[in-house]
Amino acid sequence: MFESLSAKFQGAFSSLRSKGRLKSGDIDEIATEIRSALLDSDVSLSVVESFIEQLKVRTNEVLEDLNKSTNPANAVFEIVNSLLIEILGGSARRIRLAKKPPTIILLTGLQGAGKTSLAGKLAKYLKDQGNTPLLVASDLQRPNAVTQLQVVGESIGVPVFAPEPGNGVGDPVKVAKNGLTFAQDKLHNIVIVDTAGRLGIDAELMTQAKRIRDAISPDEVLYVVDAMVGQDAVRTAQAFQEGVGFDAIVLAKLDGDSRGGAALSITQVTGKPIMFAATGEKVTDFDLFYPDRMASRILGLGDIQTLAEQTKGAFDSETAAKLETKFASGEDFTLDDFLAQLEAMKKMGSMTKLLGMLPGANSGAMKKQLEQFDEGELVKTQSIVQSMTPMERHDPKVLNGSRRSRIANGSGRQVSDVNSLVERFSQAQKVMKQMRTGKGGMQLPPGMQMPPGMPPVPKVSAPQNKKKSRSGNPAKRALES
Amino acid sequence: MAIFSKLFSKIRAGSSSASDWKEIEEALIASDLGAKSAAEIVEIAKKSKGDEIDSAVSATLQSWLSTSNRELAFNADRPTTVMIVGVNGTGKTTSTAKLVSHLKRENKSVLLAAADTFRAAAVEQLQTWGERLEVEVITGPANGDPASVAFDATTRAKNEAVNYLIIDTAGRLHTKSDLMDELGKIRRVVEKVLPVDEVLLVVDATTGQNGIIQAKMFMDSVAITGLILTKMDGSAKGGIALAIERETGVPIKFIGTGEGAEDFESFSAEGYLNGLFR
Repeated sequence: MFESLSAKFQGAFSSLRSKGRLKSGDIDEIATEIRSALLDSDVSLSVVESFIEQLKVRTNEVLEDLNKSTNPANAVFEIVNSLLIEILGGSARRIRLAKKPPTIILLTGLQGAGKTSLAGKLAKYLKDQGNTPLLVASDLQRPNAVTQLQVVGESIGVPVFAPEPGNGVGDPVKVAKNGLTFAQDKLHNIVIVDTAGRLGIDAELMTQAKRIRDAISPDEVLYVVDAMVGQDAVRTAQAFQEGVGFDAIVLAKLDGDSRGGAALSITQVTGKPIMFAATGEKVTDFDLFYPDRMASRILGLGDIQTLAEQTKGAFDSETAAKLETKFASGEDFTLDDFLAQLEAMKKMGSMTKLLGMLPGANSGAMKKQLEQFDEGELVKTQSIVQSMTPMERHDPKVLNGSRRSRIANGSGRQVSDVNSLVERFSQAQKVMKQMRTGKGGMQLPPGMQMPPGMPPVPKVSAPQNKKKSRSGNPAKRALES
Repeated sequence: MAIFSKLFSKIRAGSSSASDWKEIEEALIASDLGAKSAAEIVEIAKKSKGDEIDSAVSATLQSWLSTSNRELAFNADRPTTVMIVGVNGTGKTTSTAKLVSHLKRENKSVLLAAADTFRAAAVEQLQTWGERLEVEVITGPANGDPASVAFDATTRAKNEAVNYLIIDTAGRLHTKSDLMDELGKIRRVVEKVLPVDEVLLVVDATTGQNGIIQAKMFMDSVAITGLILTKMDGSAKGGIALAIERETGVPIKFIGTGEGAEDFESFSAEGYLNGLFR
């Protein structure tokens, strides 16, 4: 998303790094580059100017000390990083639950920002945390917005309060109010009210939003904004802040490649934190917004935390435990296990997206490789394994020429593809054996390439976890031994 | 053109103060024209003498506009096919409805295809419009193959010899290569029956610099022929559309200015450029 911005930042900093000692002029130079990078990223001009001003002041203040440090460029980099985190909201804030339930959440924003999709994602997110949300369909404007919310609600198993058909019929204020009463009766602990999109300059609709707000006194008013928005972001956000007021911002459509500079602007100008980010089409593509992670991302430092969490989420504990036992008991890692891992990896989503979170992923060489990464490779590998019989998957040694040719036909691949998969797999298997017996360490044999799916990765951590659990819990340890 | 009378008034009056120039740059950037283009205009203005500023800048802006035809295609002898594409939430379905209304006012017969089988209730949204505008809507099953809906609709359009077939597609981010491929497939499938005459990319006026890459990616996968610039009734100036025209040569064909079926205009260069710095 912030790719281009981080590419520019990295370019600016690498030229700075080549200089040993920094002068005030060097700072001006990098400030100019950062200015144009931020403007190209749709950060509004006023915010850019104040960012550059602060950067210059802070850097010049510590210029003496900077030059004493071993790497002045890195120190400047740190200042930029901390400034970005500051603007992006300091620390992530959670939904404030009302002391007396239900907690009322009101969604507002422009048309097409993504409110209705977000209502579903938020409801799913809160439901997964053990809440009992209710969705209220107060967007009676857009044709079939009510139906859309009902379909979304059904798919995630969250009830939708929709007494009015919408399409211009019904009073959204009344619906919101009755929805609240309904939630109180049915003991829902959270109410999410979806409203119609409106323009910042539409006085009539803004008054309506205010009336909805006054009728239900929400605990959180969330302003939903499209991550791709341009310079108008600030004006519109201010109009909403004055018109209906909001407590936090939700960034939608962050899965595109927009640099999302508007996020910086809006949070800076309104002083409100960004609370959530929606990152895809699926209802689960939704997470808390982490300013520090986002700043790292802008600066090309990667997003390791998110990567780790996604990996954890994808390998369900049952599969992981099964693999772990298998590994510890000395059983061979089979193609079936490999297939399970491929499935898990596919669950994590696009490989390019995942690898893009790694540090340096947006720098020249790695970026190029990422661009060339073939997402289809996973599917191809998977199709080859799926074309094998259970026996073949268990013991690839039986794979003679005729079997290989059948598999190649079955999966629509070449025999050479099958050969190379089997070859790489048996090498991986060998490595795993060595690791288990403690020989050879974790190093791969030189020149060896892992098949896509990299089977040893989770295995490396598996035995370590085992050891940890052994020493961590005395009771368990006694049982185990 | 009276666009710049206000923007450059201080400069024309003889000011050369940095703050006045900054104000101008600010207004240019605020239109989403892009920082680089804004700087170019400031340069041109600085080089021109007082009275010539307006015409010099105006000429520059005009030169960035696309020279392609801005009229919607029309075939007298067979149905004209129009695909509506764009990222999520730009107003594709609403624009589709407006285009239908526009064509109906010109006494053209129209058939609609609801090829957004992905978003919940998108088909119903279009059907509601279809009822309001008294136009038949061809639909398929939810989460079905959009290409098959498009194919059925195109076959129908050909058999019934309607004037226009308009295909509404699901919103998709240009970074999702599978979804972009799907769009290419819809186009190919339609082309089995009838040539595709127009592919209109719907661009939200609030879009920032990301709009350029959006247009390029849609160009690559489905060869867009024009733009519909929506939400021009808000506070956003829609300068990104000019940036897109400049970069890709694809012309703005229509402008959306509200939620009603009639809030839809053919592009006028003067009106648009005037609005950029209002």
